[in-house]
Amino acid sequence: MVINMAKQYETVIGLEVHVELATKTKIFCGCSTAFGGAPNTHTCPVCTGMPGSLPVLNKQVLEYAIAVGLATNCEITRYGKFDRKNYFYPDNPQNYQISQLYLPICRNGGVEIETEEGGKKTVGIHEIHMEEDAGKLVHDEWEDCSLVDYNRSGVPLIEIVSEPDMRSAEEVIAYLEKLRLIIQYLGASDCKLQEGSMRADVNLSVREAGAKEFGTRTEMKNLNSFKAIARAIEGERERQIDLLEEGQKVVQETRRWDDTKGESYAMRSKEDAQDYRYFPDPDLAPIVVSDEMLEEIRAKQPEFRTEKMARYKEEYDIPDYDIDIITGTKRMADLFEATVAICGQPKKVSNWLMGETLRLMKEKEVDAEDLSFSPENLAKLIGLVDSKAINSSVAKEVFEVMFEEDIDPEKYVEEKGLKTVNDEGALRRTIEEVIANNPQSVDDYHNGKEKAIGFLVGQTMKAMKGKADPGMVNQILRELL
Amino acid sequence: MANIISDETIEYVGILAKLELSDAEKEQAKKDMGRMLDYIDKLGELDTEGVEPMSHVFPVQNVFREDVVTNSDTREQLLSNAPEQKDGMFMVPKTFD
Amino acid sequence: MSDMLHMTAVELAAAIRAGKTTAVEAAEAELARIEEKEKELNCYVTVDKERVMAQAKTVQKKIEDGELTGPLAGVPVAVKDNMCTEGLLTTCSSRILGNFVPTFTAEAVCNLEKAGAVILGKTNMDEFAMGSTTETSAYGVTKNPWNTEHVPGGSSGGSAAAVAAGECFYALGSDTGGSIRQPASFCGVVGMKPTYGTVSRYGLIAYGSSLDQIGPLAKDVTDCATVLEVIASHDKKDSTSVARQDTDFTRALTEDVKGMKIGIPRDYFGEGLNEEVKTAVLQAAKMLEEKGAIVEEFDLSLVDYAIPAYYTIAAAEASSNLERFDGIKYGYRTPEYEGLHNMYKKSRSEGFGEEVKRRIMLGSFVLSSGYYDAYYLKALKVKALIKKAFDEAFAKYDVILGPAAPTTAPKLGESLADPIQMYLGDIYTIAVNLAGLPGISLPCGKDSKGLPIGLQLIGDCFREKTLIQTAYTYEKARGAFL
Repeated sequence: MVINMAKQYETVIGLEVHVELATKTKIFCGCSTAFGGAPNTHTCPVCTGMPGSLPVLNKQVLEYAIAVGLATNCEITRYGKFDRKNYFYPDNPQNYQISQLYLPICRNGGVEIETEEGGKKTVGIHEIHMEEDAGKLVHDEWEDCSLVDYNRSGVPLIEIVSEPDMRSAEEVIAYLEKLRLIIQYLGASDCKLQEGSMRADVNLSVREAGAKEFGTRTEMKNLNSFKAIARAIEGERERQIDLLEEGQKVVQETRRWDDTKGESYAMRSKEDAQDYRYFPDPDLAPIVVSDEMLEEIRAKQPEFRTEKMARYKEEYDIPDYDIDIITGTKRMADLFEATVAICGQPKKVSNWLMGETLRLMKEKEVDAEDLSFSPENLAKLIGLVDSKAINSSVAKEVFEVMFEEDIDPEKYVEEKGLKTVNDEGALRRTIEEVIANNPQSVDDYHNGKEKAIGFLVGQTMKAMKGKADPGMVNQILRELL
Repeated sequence: MANIISDETIEYVGILAKLELSDAEKEQAKKDMGRMLDYIDKLGELDTEGVEPMSHVFPVQNVFREDVVTNSDTREQLLSNAPEQKDGMFMVPKTFD
Repeated sequence: MSDMLHMTAVELAAAIRAGKTTAVEAAEAELARIEEKEKELNCYVTVDKERVMAQAKTVQKKIEDGELTGPLAGVPVAVKDNMCTEGLLTTCSSRILGNFVPTFTAEAVCNLEKAGAVILGKTNMDEFAMGSTTETSAYGVTKNPWNTEHVPGGSSGGSAAAVAAGECFYALGSDTGGSIRQPASFCGVVGMKPTYGTVSRYGLIAYGSSLDQIGPLAKDVTDCATVLEVIASHDKKDSTSVARQDTDFTRALTEDVKGMKIGIPRDYFGEGLNEEVKTAVLQAAKMLEEKGAIVEEFDLSLVDYAIPAYYTIAAAEASSNLERFDGIKYGYRTPEYEGLHNMYKKSRSEGFGEEVKRRIMLGSFVLSSGYYDAYYLKALKVKALIKKAFDEAFAKYDVILGPAAPTTAPKLGESLADPIQMYLGDIYTIAVNLAGLPGISLPCGKDSKGLPIGLQLIGDCFREKTLIQTAYTYEKARGAFL
C-alpha cells in the first residue's frame, strides 16, 4: 500500500507597494495632480516628453518620501540621485521613467505587524524610492487603436519594496494596512486601493517546508483591493504548487491577475527585453539630505497611532475598544479630535462614531477615508440632543442625512420642523387622548404589565410625529395613569 | 579585433533601442560596434580602483521647486505636433496590457 | 551703410543706437546676403523672412522708444537648429523632426530676444549634434566659406559658416565635445563653450545632457564676450543651471596678460597634430609670452583616454535622450506599420540617420545588463580622473593653451568613411566637456591652402573672464584676421 504523503509548502511573499503622494503638483513640473481633468489638460512640455524640456524636483515629494522613511524606521540616504529606467511604452512619454535604483532615498527599514496567532513580527523594508507615474492608455474600440492621456504622467510616487518576509495573505494585508495607516497619518497619501493611489505588486514563491533556498518567484500586478490581493495570493500559490507537483518549473515572470476570472496570465512580449539600462539622470542635481533637513522633517512628524492610543486613554474616558477603532483610520481620529475640540464631550462623540457612523459605513459601503460629514456639524447635532431640542431618534434621522450630504443639522431641524414639542399642555392633551383610546393597554398597565407603558409611549410619539421628548412622555403618562 | 559582436547582440540591442536594421546595416553595425568597443577597451588600461564614478561634474545640489501649480491647460499646443490624435489624446497603435 | 555686413555685432548695435542704420535695414541686408550665399553654402535649415522682418520692426520700435538699449539690440543672429524656437521649425537637422514646431523657446534664445536680437533662422548642424563636419545633416552638407570643397566642421557647422560668410552677425551653437570650438577653428571665427551650467539648457534638444552647453560663435572676442553675457543666466527650469554672480564677461575685455601663467600640454603637440597647425599655435603662445605671460610646457596626462570615455558617456546619454522620438507625440511617424513595436522601429529607423543610429546602438549596448560596470561606470571613473588631472593643472596655470583641432578643415566626404578617425579629431576639445570647463577657440593663422587654424584656450571652471582677457589680448596682438 502506498501512502501519498502530500508535501507541505511554505509561501514566501514580498511586496512592491506604489503610493501616489498627495502633492498639489507633479514630481518634476508645475502641473496639477488633480483628478478628473479632461485628457491632457494637466500637462506641459516636461511631463509629455517634449524635446528640450527639463525636470526640476518638487521639494514636497522629497519631504514626504523622507517622512515615510522615518516612520518606517528606514535609514535616510544622505547623498541620493535619480536614475533613468529606459523602456518604450506609449504611456511613458520620454520612453524612460525617472526613478531611483542606485541610491534610493530610504533603505533598511521595517514595520511591525500582528500575526494571526496574535504574535508580532517585523516585515523588513528593503528600500523606498521616488519616481514618476505613467500616463493613461484608453482603448478605442471604434478605431481599434489606443489613445494616450498624460494627465497622470509625472504624478509623484514612492515605491516601498519589502523584504520577502511575509508568509500568508493575512500577513500581507496586515502589512498593507499598517503601511496605509502610517502614510495616512503622515498625510503623504490617501492610499486608496480602488482609485489606484495605493497599488501593490506581489512577489511570490513557494518552497517545501523547511527548505533554506527561496523558490523561483513571480510578480503579480493589477491588484486593486485587499480581497483581490488575498485571492491572487491563494491562486498563485496553488498554481506554483501544481507546477512543482507535476515536476515542472516556475518561470520568473510578471503576471497579471484577473480578479473576475480568478486567474492570472503572463505578461510577455518578445518585442521587449527586461533590460532597463538604468543610469544616473544627468538632468537632475544630486540630493544631499543635511542634518537640519532631516531634523525639520522629523519635528514635523505627526502623532502616530500608538502614541495617539495612549493619549486617548489618558485624556478621554472612552473604552479601549472605541480607541482601537477610532485610531484605526486617520480620518476617524481626525473627526473625533476635531469634534471633541468643539463640543468637549469625548464620550458622546465616540458613541456617534462607534454607533451610527459604523452602522452607516457598513450599510452604505463607505470607507473611513470617504467620511464626509464635518466635525462642526457633528458637534451641532450633539448640542441639539443635549439641549433636548431633538430627541435621539430624530437625531439619528438627521445624522443619516448628514452622513450623506453633510448638512447643517441646526438649519435642517429648523427647516423640517423636527424640534421637540416642549409645550407641556399640548403633550398632556395628546396623552389624555392616547389613554382614552387605549383602554386595554391602560388595564394591562394597572394589572402590572410594565410593557404596556412602552406601547402607550409609542402611541404618543406617533401622535406627536416623533417630536416629543420620550422621557417627558413617560413621566406624564405615569402621572396620568 | 578583440570584440566580436554577434548577430544576437545586434538583434538584442536593436530591440532595446527600437531600431530595425537591414542585413547590410547589421553587418556594418557589428563592425562599427566591435571597433568602437576595442577602442573603448583602452579605458581598461587605467587603474580606477577606489575612484568614485563622476556622473555630475557641476557643483550644484538640492535643486527644488515649491509645490505650487504654475501650469495651465495648453492641450492644443501639446497636440499641435502629434502625427495622429483623437478626442484630445495621442493616437497610437493598439496596446495590450 | 553698404559695408554694414563687415561690422561686428557690437559695432552694428552701436550704429543702430546712434541712428546711423536700423534693425530693419540690418535684417534686410542679412536676408539679401543669405539669398546670395545659401545656394553655395547651405548654412541654414530654416529662414522665415516674414518672421524676421516682423521681429526687426518690433525691435526697431523698441529701440526708438528707448525700451531696448543693450549692446546687441537690433542685431540679427542665427540659432543652431537644436534650440527650440516657438512657432519656428526646429529639426536638429534630422528627418525625425522634419515637421517639428516647438511650443516654447529655449531659455538662451529668450535671453537674446529680450536683449533685442532678431532671429534670422535656424542653422544646419550634424544630426542631433552627432558629428564633426555637418555632413550628417538630413538637409544637406554645409560648406566652408573659406573653401567650399571643405567642411565647416561640426556639429555647429552651420552657425560657424554663417558667421564666417557674413550670413549673420553672430550665432548660437552648442558644444558637447567640441561642437562650437572646432567649427569656429575651421571657419576662422571665435567660438566659446562656457562652464557647464552657465547657459541654461532648457529648450536645447539634448544629445549628451551632462556635456551639452550652449555658447556663442562670433566675429571677434568682444562680440563673443558680449553675447555670452546676454545668454548666461541662472534658470530655475534647468536643475543643472548654476547661480553665478560673475557673468559680466565684457569687463574682462582688457589687454593684459602680465604674469598670467599659461600651460602648454606636451600631450597636445604629439603624433597626429598637423605641422602647420602646431607652428601657428606655438606662434600664438609666443605672442602671449611677449605680452608678459609666463608660458610653460607641462604634462596634462590622460589625453588619450578622453575620447573613449567621452564616446561611452555621450552615446549612453544620447541613447536615452533620443528615446522620446517615437512617432507618437511629434515628429516623423512611418506611414505603414503593424502594431506598436513595429511602428516604433520603423519610425526611428527611417527617421534617424546612420551616425545617430550608430551612437544609439553603442549607447544602448554600454548601458545594457552585464556591460554597465565595464563600460559606462568605468567611463565615469575615468571622467573623475580627467577632472582631477585638470584640477592639478589649474593649481599651476591660469590658462591651458593648445590647438582646437589637429588639422584644418578636411575636404567634404573625407571624414565619414571612418568614424573612429573622425572621433579622433575631437581629441583636444573633448576633455573640456568631460570636466565641465570653459574653452574658447579663436583664429591664429592659416595653413598653406588658406584654411583657418584655431587656437584653443582652456580655463578652470567659472574662469571665463581669464579666457576672455587672454583671448582679447592675443587678438589685439595678432591684428585683423582676414
